Amino acid sequence: MTDPQRRIRVLVAKPGLDGHDRGAKVIASSFRDAGFEVIYTGLHQTPEMIVSAAVQEDVDVVAMSVLSGAHMTLFPRVRVLLDEAGADHVLVTGGGIIPESDMEALEALGIGRLFGPGTRTTDAIAYVKDWIAHQRTQ
Amino acid sequence: MSTDLPTRFRDGKVPALARAISITEDQRDGFEELLHELLRAGPQAKRVGLTGPPGAGKSSLLALVANAYRALDERVGIVAVDPTSPYSGGALLGDRIRMNDLATDPGIFIRSMASRGSLGGLATTTKEVLDVMDAFGFERILVETVGVGQTELEITAAADTVVVVLVPESGDAVQAMKAGLMEIADIFVVNKADRPGAGRLAKEIRQALHLRAGEALHDVPAHHGVDLQNVPLELRPESSGDSERWEIPVLETNALDGAGIPDLVAAIGDHRAWLEGSGELAARRRHRTRGRVQDVVQREMRRVAWASDEVRRSLDEGVRGIERGEGTPYSVARDLLALLLR
Repeated sequence: MTDPQRRIRVLVAKPGLDGHDRGAKVIASSFRDAGFEVIYTGLHQTPEMIVSAAVQEDVDVVAMSVLSGAHMTLFPRVRVLLDEAGADHVLVTGGGIIPESDMEALEALGIGRLFGPGTRTTDAIAYVKDWIAHQRTQ
Repeated sequence: MSTDLPTRFRDGKVPALARAISITEDQRDGFEELLHELLRAGPQAKRVGLTGPPGAGKSSLLALVANAYRALDERVGIVAVDPTSPYSGGALLGDRIRMNDLATDPGIFIRSMASRGSLGGLATTTKEVLDVMDAFGFERILVETVGVGQTELEITAAADTVVVVLVPESGDAVQAMKAGLMEIADIFVVNKADRPGAGRLAKEIRQALHLRAGEALHDVPAHHGVDLQNVPLELRPESSGDSERWEIPVLETNALDGAGIPDLVAAIGDHRAWLEGSGELAARRRHRTRGRVQDVVQREMRRVAWASDEVRRSLDEGVRGIERGEGTPYSVARDLLALLLR
């Protein structure tokens, strides 16, 4: 039986050294409850590990949680490595303690929307769903 | 589907493998043609399956075993299946957490699969995904089942060697016998062997295996009747004189410190040698191929059965007939089948 309804596959990752994974786990669970297939890789991921996993898992989206302040390094690095690996179709998004001016700077570097503290999970889910719907109708 | 996918796949491009797996997993249009294109060479890889209850340490063991094969310079493909939520259709695939040491090794490819409603411990398309990995050229393929416990029997149709992983907390050997694990194991592993009860569980499994094999417990003092310890060897009932038979080993491991892993790798190697020497490998592969053909035929028949307007109309009419008291689901089904097989 052909399944025309392709599942949305999302890699949820915690790059870098901060060990605060509550946010990543909340997002991973709510994405699952929204019907996504979530690959959760756990803590302390390097950008290389994240990109390698994203390619092997053929995900649509990489969602990263960064609370260490290293977002200006980590998000662009993952974007560049994904592009180099031929995965330029993958959305890089995420959240954490990120000033709005940095969010804008990152958006200019090809990063998707970033979500700060207090975000409703439904907003993040809607964002991913809309992005996918837009991609797949192109 | 991009047209040069088979070419890039044969050139060994990892994204092409990843995409071929997605196409297979989603059963997207044309996936059977793609598989036909990719699978001409037939099975080459040595396939090892791990099954057992959740939290037994399957992923951790699998990571250690994969490392051992990397040390032998084998390229390793890994498929780890986790359950799909029956409520949302989503899944949280967390097996990679235990495999972080392998994450950037170019000789290792890990793919997480959601079970997507299948209940046999694997996803509906896992067997086909394994074939795709095999065709990509991995020497070794490791597959880990969902781990819900009592219905993980599909693994036997997917792997050459099945390793059943239990822990002292799994309960006694009767639990394993109930769950049908006795029939499917080629190798038993009692993981977390540093915990109390590991040795006892291993012993119970050994005894249960001997019981199944119809052997007397010749090294155990008898409670009743003849104590075989005191019977001369030549008078003892035939034990395992049949050298063709595989003696299922029961090993103890500890995935935290790696204890017992060399023994496990050696046992998998021994089983491989036995598979090849006894002709069992050919038999298992033949059985698998047969099953694959049947799967494809069944899938297509199911699709064809409800594809025609005529059949769907007859079904609607039949249901209305049943409501009027003219016939039963069985008579309507018989009429539909007559229509289909005409």
